[in-house]
Amino acid sequence: MEEAEILRRLKNRFPQAVQETLVSLGMDVAIINKEALFEVMEFLKAKPQDYAMLLDLTCVDYLGEEPRFEMVYHLFSLSSNRRLRIKARLSEKDLKIASLTPLWKNANWLEREVYDLFGVEFIGHPDLRRIFMYDGFEGYPLRKDYPLRLRQPRLKFRK
Amino acid sequence: MPTRIEREARPGSLLLNMGPSHPAMHGTIRIMLELDGEKILNSEVEVGYLHRGFEKTCENRTYFNLLPYTDRLNYVSPLINNLGYVMTLEKMLGIEVPRRAQLIRVLMSELSRISDHLTCLAAMAMECGAFTVFLYKIKAREFIWDVIEWTTGARMTTSYIRIGGVKADLHPDYQPALEKAISETRGVLKDVHGLLDKNKIFLNRTRDIAVMKPEEAINFGWTGPCLRSTGVYYDVRKAHPYLVYDELDFEVPLGERGDNFDRYLVRMREMEQSLRIIEQVMAQLPASPPELMAEGLEPAQAIKEARRQRPEKPIRLSPNLEGAEKSRYPEILASDPRYVIPPKEDVYTSIEGLISHFKFFMKGHGIRPPKGEVYFAVEGGNGELGFYIVSDGTDKPYRLHLRAPCFHIVSALEFLIKGHMVADVIPTFGSMNMIGGELDR
Repeated sequence: MEEAEILRRLKNRFPQAVQETLVSLGMDVAIINKEALFEVMEFLKAKPQDYAMLLDLTCVDYLGEEPRFEMVYHLFSLSSNRRLRIKARLSEKDLKIASLTPLWKNANWLEREVYDLFGVEFIGHPDLRRIFMYDGFEGYPLRKDYPLRLRQPRLKFRK
Repeated sequence: MPTRIEREARPGSLLLNMGPSHPAMHGTIRIMLELDGEKILNSEVEVGYLHRGFEKTCENRTYFNLLPYTDRLNYVSPLINNLGYVMTLEKMLGIEVPRRAQLIRVLMSELSRISDHLTCLAAMAMECGAFTVFLYKIKAREFIWDVIEWTTGARMTTSYIRIGGVKADLHPDYQPALEKAISETRGVLKDVHGLLDKNKIFLNRTRDIAVMKPEEAINFGWTGPCLRSTGVYYDVRKAHPYLVYDELDFEVPLGERGDNFDRYLVRMREMEQSLRIIEQVMAQLPASPPELMAEGLEPAQAIKEARRQRPEKPIRLSPNLEGAEKSRYPEILASDPRYVIPPKEDVYTSIEGLISHFKFFMKGHGIRPPKGEVYFAVEGGNGELGFYIVSDGTDKPYRLHLRAPCFHIVSALEFLIKGHMVADVIPTFGSMNMIGGELDR
């Protein structure tokens, strides 16, 4: 089976880093340690695997669990026409993960979005700023402990 | 706090703001340009002016209630957004959709795609000075929106595609309207080809401007017409067929150079293919039964009579529910009562219907997918429109994330306009089809 193939290769290459592999609703999923993220992605992007497109990058806040945050990456390979999901858990105390901007250019904005809405810090990002919310906004709105209707004070007019 | 471009600007260069309120920035987006004369040395794109917290809102609504919010993402092709969300959920729940509903869904999403491309190219052409083209295309879009209005009851915020099927059957007289829309659109496409394809002014502003190489496009995560204009063959409808797309005969037009003109041409050719799809679907769709709602009991009367005995006569429903009568349910909606609103006839006249109606809408009782997560994508007007939903087993999504195609496309704008002239920003930005609702969510 093809889906077992890529996950098996991934496991053989990174026996320490890959925690679990599974197939969920037709999608290959690998759960990895966050320290190995960059190497795993570099390996997946390189030629025989050829996951050349970073489809999506987001974060999920599992409030009350430890580690609390989960980064979710969706990759796509044009040559084998398969999608792959990579997940890595982050704890609240050490909310940092390697940036993928050297590999994919759209990671720049996607990581800014996650930084903006969840407060995850990306090491090696060239320009980590808020993207949707304004400068001076406090808190991270997509976290589960951020209330839905919280109002923030108005900002002073900028000169 | 100074922005990046303010910090990095060379001495002697001019900083110019384009937007957030600018006639050519349809949607609100701010482009800060660092200029040397008319040449763009550097630029910075600032988005987020239309951020409404779509994802946060959806995480606080039930699966059924959040459907109208998806209309407001890409507001020129709302039906495709509905479809993307609904099909993601259906994949999670494992719902089988009746064939007629699938055909209607294809029909509606292709109509939306045409209206999306028409709007994009109309705006692009108008900003290049071709006001006639704008009027022609908006005219064609009017006819398409007429069909959408006849079917869904709304022009833009449709909420028509529902979990398990569609809201209502097609109008009995939809066919003449659709035929009219097809022939009008064909005529407009022909006129526009004639007006623009060899137009010196248009060519000068679009040919070889903002060229994207295929590798770069993949690296930026481009999908949809913009990716195909660079020559990469990737269309979600072909790569991961959904609904009945694998049975239909259509081509995926590709560009060669990846410049503004190719992005225009790919969109034009794609509309022709969409028209082909619509014609094939129309041939397969049996005519819908004639109107059933003309006569019958008033709902209030039916409820009153049902206290003693279940009334035999048909019930006249509200005009909002036209096409959603009980007799049409097997054709347009899945049969599983857990995921589908019970027909109003049952709700008014039987206790079982009333109970299932309340169970469906009561807090904590509605649609509750099993724990897990799912990613599913459809081909939207701009490219791969993906939804990522995490369910924790309750009736609200734990996390809902949208993969907005134009977010990735607009993130390449800084790269594309570098080294060009100020005037080139406008056709480049126009050919990308940025939609604020989808970009900023």
